Amino acid sequence: MSTRVGAEGSFAVADAVRLADVDVVPAYPITPQTHVVERISEMIADGDLDAKFIYVESEHSAMSACLGAAAVGARTFTSTAGQGLELMHEVLYLVSSMRLPVVMAVADRALSGPLNVWGDHSDAMATRDCGWIQYFAENAQEVHDLTLCAFRIAEDPAVLFPVMVHMDGFHVSHVVEPYFRFEPEEITAFLPPINFPLPLDPNRPVTMGAFAPPAVYSECRKAQEVALRSTKDRIAAVWQEFGDRYGRLYKPIETYRTEDADTILVAIGSFNQMAAVAVDSLRAAGQKVGLVRLRLWRPFPLQEFRQAVRPAKNLLVFERALSYGGTVGPVCSEVKAALYRQKHAPAVMNFIGGLGGRDMSPKQFEAMFQRGQEILNNNLDIEYETIGIRE
Amino acid sequence: MKATTLQKMKEAGEIFMPGHRACIGCGEVLAMRQVCKALGKDIIIVNATGCMEIISSPFPTTNWMVPWVHALFENNAAVASGIEAGLEMMKRKGRGPAQEVTVVAMGGDGATFDIGIQALSGALERGHNFIYVCFDNEGYMNTGIQRTSATPYGATTTTSPHGKNSIGQTTEKKDMPLIALAHHIPYVATMSPSYPTDLARKVKKAKEIKGPAFLHVFSVCPTGWGSNPELAIELGRLAVETGLFPLGECVYGKYDLTRQVKELRPIRDYFKHQRRFRHLPDDIIDQIQERVRDRYEEVKRKCGIGGRRAGDPPAP
Repeated sequence: MSTRVGAEGSFAVADAVRLADVDVVPAYPITPQTHVVERISEMIADGDLDAKFIYVESEHSAMSACLGAAAVGARTFTSTAGQGLELMHEVLYLVSSMRLPVVMAVADRALSGPLNVWGDHSDAMATRDCGWIQYFAENAQEVHDLTLCAFRIAEDPAVLFPVMVHMDGFHVSHVVEPYFRFEPEEITAFLPPINFPLPLDPNRPVTMGAFAPPAVYSECRKAQEVALRSTKDRIAAVWQEFGDRYGRLYKPIETYRTEDADTILVAIGSFNQMAAVAVDSLRAAGQKVGLVRLRLWRPFPLQEFRQAVRPAKNLLVFERALSYGGTVGPVCSEVKAALYRQKHAPAVMNFIGGLGGRDMSPKQFEAMFQRGQEILNNNLDIEYETIGIRE
Repeated sequence: MKATTLQKMKEAGEIFMPGHRACIGCGEVLAMRQVCKALGKDIIIVNATGCMEIISSPFPTTNWMVPWVHALFENNAAVASGIEAGLEMMKRKGRGPAQEVTVVAMGGDGATFDIGIQALSGALERGHNFIYVCFDNEGYMNTGIQRTSATPYGATTTTSPHGKNSIGQTTEKKDMPLIALAHHIPYVATMSPSYPTDLARKVKKAKEIKGPAFLHVFSVCPTGWGSNPELAIELGRLAVETGLFPLGECVYGKYDLTRQVKELRPIRDYFKHQRRFRHLPDDIIDQIQERVRDRYEEVKRKCGIGGRRAGDPPAP
C-alpha cells in the first residue's frame, strides 16, 4: 500500500517517473527543476529505475530527443522551467502535431529579464497555444498523482497528445510536504505498458514530419485542434478512474464554497491554497465568497467553467503572469472570452501578483476580495490591478 | 573489385524512390541515394529541414521506403539521440524492432555547420551509436542560395554577392570534419558521389563501428553554383583532383587519405565551370590556390605521407 512520506514536490514527480517505469529521460538542468532530474539520476544510478538519461546540451535538444524517443515508442519524460521551456518552444509544436505522448513536468518560473529563477506562470502561459495538454498541480500529492495520470492520458489511444504537468517553482517543487507514495504493484492496473500505435520501425516504415503545402496545411491544423478538444472527456474519465481506485478525485474545474457565492475568485496553481484560507476567513465573517480552481488549462474546459462560475455576480481572476500591452492577463482574457455573450455573465476584475516568486498571503487575498468588490460594485473603469507593487 | 562493388550497389534495392523534386543534375540527391543504398533497409533516418527533406516529403506523398522523420532545421542530431536511446531501452525491456537498427541523421551544410552545430556537438560528445551524414553543397540552397559557413572564400551567393566593395564570401570554409574529430569520435570520413565505391565502403564502415560516425559528403549544386547540370559528377572529381576536397577518413584517431592525388590540378580547372567564382580576379585566385596547396600538404602530413609545414622550403 501507499507509504506516507515527507519530501519535496520534485521528489514526488521523480517517484511517479520511477513508478511509470519510464524508458528515456532527456533533460537539461535548470532551477527550480533541478531536484527532479537529480533525483531521477540517483534512481538510475542506484538501479531503482531502468531508464536512459540523455544528458543533453540544451532544452531545445531535450525536447528534440524526447521527440525521437517517443517516435520509436519509448515511454519518455522530461522536466524543465522558465527559460528552458522557452528554449523548447518550437519543438513543443512538433511533438503535439506528431501526436507523441511525451510527459513533461514544469516547475513554473518567471522569464527574463531581469533574470529571476523564482516562480510565476509566464512560462506556462507562453506555451498555451503549443497544442499540449496542460494542467496544474498545487502540492506534492497532486503532482505525484497527476504525473502518473499524465502517462495514462498521453498514451491513451484516444488521446495521443503530450502532457505538461505544471507545479509552481519553489512553492511546490522545493517545499517538503507529506504525500502518499504509491507502491509499484498498486499502479500496474492503472498504468499499462506503453503501446504507441505508429512508431518508427523498419518493419513497418512510416514517414513522419512531412511538409504540408497550403492545400493541406489548414486541414492538418484543424484536425489537430478538433483532436485536442476531444481529449477533455478522456482526461476527466482518467481522473475519475484514478479517484475511484485511490480515493483522490481531480476535476478539470474544481470549486470551493461556491454554492451561494456572489463573489468568486478564479485562480490557477498553488496560490489557490492561500486563496482558500482567505475564503474561509471571509465566510466566517459572513461574506458569500468562493473559489474556482482552474486545474485543466488546455484544452480549456469551457462548459465546466461556465457552470462553475454561474452563481457569481462578481468574478475576480488572480494570476501570476502579465500580458505586455494586452487588455488583461492571459488567464483573465481566457475567462472573459469564455463568458462573453453568456446570459447573466458576472462582472470580471483581474488581479496580477506573485510575479517572480513574490509571496501572496491569505490577508492579501482577503484584501483582493474587498478591492475587487469595490471596483465591480461601483463599476469603476479598471481592467486589472497589480498586487503589492511599490510605485 | 571495383566492378563488384558497383554491381552490388546496382543490385541493392532502392530505399529512396524516384519521383522526388530535386533539381536537374543535383549532386546531393545522388549522394543521398548512394548513401541509402549502402546503408540498407534496417535504418531510421532523421532528416533536417533542407533540400533533401523538402524534395522527398510533400504530404501526402513520400519517397521513403524506410522509417523517416523530419522535425526541425537544427535538431536532427538531438532527435537521433532520442531514437537511439529509445531503441536501446526498448530492446533491453523486450520491446521494439528485433533486428539491429542503424540510426542515421542527415542534414545539409546549413543544418550541420551553422544552425545545428550545438545539437550535433552534444550528440557526438555523448557518444550515441549513430551516423551523421552532412551533404555539403556550400550554401543555403533551399532558401535561395544564401551563404553558410561552408561557402568557400570568394564565392558569390545572394547574401555574399560580389560587388564594387566585396569579393563575395569573405570568410574561409569551416573545417567541419576536424570539428567532429575534436569530439574524439571513432570515425570521420569525407566522401563524394563522384567516387561511389569509396563512398559505399565508408558508409559501411560507419555502420559497423560502434559509436558516433561523421560523414561529410561533397554535393555539387548546379542551381546554386551556376554550373552545367551535366557536370555534377565531373565537378565532384575536380574538387578532389584540385585538392579542394580531399577524400579521407580517420578511424580511432588514425588519418588516411583514401584517394591520393599525386599532382594537384589547378583550381582554375574547377572554378571555370562555375558562375559563383567567375568574378574573381587572377590575384585572388592565385591566393586561393596557394591556400589550397598548403592545406593539402597539411592533410598529407596528418596522414603520414609527407607533406610540408607552412614555412618549410619548397619541395625540390
